[in-house]
Amino acid sequence: MIEVKKLVKRFGVKTILRGLDFSVKPGEFVALLGPNGSGKTTFLRILASLSKPSLGDVKVAGYHLPKQASQVRAKLGVVSHLPLLYPDLTAEENLQFYARMYGIVDYRSRINEVLDMVGLENRRKDLVRTFSRGMQQRLTIGRAVIHDPEVMLFDEPYTGLDQDASEMLDEVLRSVAAKGRTVVMTSHDLSRAENLATRFDILSRGVITASATQKQLKKTNLLDFYKQALAE
Amino acid sequence: MAVKSKSREQRVERRKQKAESGKFPAFLLPPSVGLSSAPRPSFLKATLAIVKKDLVAEFRSFELISAMLVFSLLIIIIFNFALELDIKTRQTVTAGVLWTTFAFAGTLGLNRSMAVEKDRGCMDGLLLAPVDRSVIYFGKAISNLAFMLIVEAIVLPVYAILYNEVRIFELSFIGVILLGSIGYIAVGTLLSAMSVQTRTRDVLLPILLFPIAIPVLLASVKASGGLLAGLEFSEIVTPLNILIVYDVIFIAVAFMVFDFVVEE
Repeated sequence: MIEVKKLVKRFGVKTILRGLDFSVKPGEFVALLGPNGSGKTTFLRILASLSKPSLGDVKVAGYHLPKQASQVRAKLGVVSHLPLLYPDLTAEENLQFYARMYGIVDYRSRINEVLDMVGLENRRKDLVRTFSRGMQQRLTIGRAVIHDPEVMLFDEPYTGLDQDASEMLDEVLRSVAAKGRTVVMTSHDLSRAENLATRFDILSRGVITASATQKQLKKTNLLDFYKQALAE
Repeated sequence: MAVKSKSREQRVERRKQKAESGKFPAFLLPPSVGLSSAPRPSFLKATLAIVKKDLVAEFRSFELISAMLVFSLLIIIIFNFALELDIKTRQTVTAGVLWTTFAFAGTLGLNRSMAVEKDRGCMDGLLLAPVDRSVIYFGKAISNLAFMLIVEAIVLPVYAILYNEVRIFELSFIGVILLGSIGYIAVGTLLSAMSVQTRTRDVLLPILLFPIAIPVLLASVKASGGLLAGLEFSEIVTPLNILIVYDVIFIAVAFMVFDFVVEE
């Protein structure tokens, strides 16, 4: 579903990604872990077609980036730590706007489904600016799945959430992944990533330095694996 | 005839292939041509979705219009007291004062309109939509123009009272205001998308915008001044032509370069 070969990303003279290779099979939930500044967000922005690679080959859902960016965007849902929502619109209006931008014909029934999934049906007519951070993040996920994407990218979705909100977000993430979607998530919360993901990739200094599936991790825990990968 | 229709089919097929690879705008294909990828919204529907979203959000908060309006009224009142001139001299500066007011207020609106998108990451939300990126430009430009026209519709009657100018309500004068506003917003929306990505966006926009908008502002002042002075239509044809040409050129340029402007 995602294939990345020899990806290089430079900002001026600074090289962020140094020949990164990465691939994700359909239905996999990959947690992309790594220290601050390792290039996780830059990598996700390239996959989301928000940034262009300097060198290398990137293919998402069968389409090449950046040449077929528009086709990739139609199959992609992105959630970042920023809400990407309009505070002066209601939850329903925000979803309506994005549904129109994605060309969804019967958007009313889809909005009902999405609001039900993220547990915000009762707050549909409320302005987003009155929402707590946790509710905003749930609506953000609703916005990202409104067009039923095949691939989901989550960039630090737990940033700024309290314990209750994080637990609620876990449930939403599980239901998103349960639909058979391919998911790539960056996070610093190792325990949550361990519970959700089926594969763990460590990104350090612009390359994937280690990778392990959940089965392979049974013998050790994610924290030890993470520390070991960074120490190498 | 058969050869002609075959060559057309081949041309459409070539364009369809180019559209699939993102080298040709999909909305320029005939409606009967369907792309093999997921359904995408029409150019017009997506543009109108952005306009509707901006208008609904603004009419709920009135953040942008109220700031532009208060600023405009303050400027014309300050000019009214600062330029205590005789009636004849006052008539010669009226058009200049009017367009200075609109230019400053317009900059305020342009900055705010793009900042709303940038501050909460909504610009990324727009960029993630599977539409041609010029949709974002046209959507934002139309809503910016609507805000500017609303402010102008309130400021002009106040102006007419303070400066005793009844010709302001003539259709030809309103036409000049419309052409000037379109030109100013066309270039302003493009530059605000550029400046909003910098830390010094509030300062950068006027620095970039005013030099490029000089032709449209000068032509607008000339055309409005001529109309207020009661000149014949033939005498203001030149500034009017400049305004039309400027509007067309900048809309076309923005359509072509907006993708590069918003690119990281």
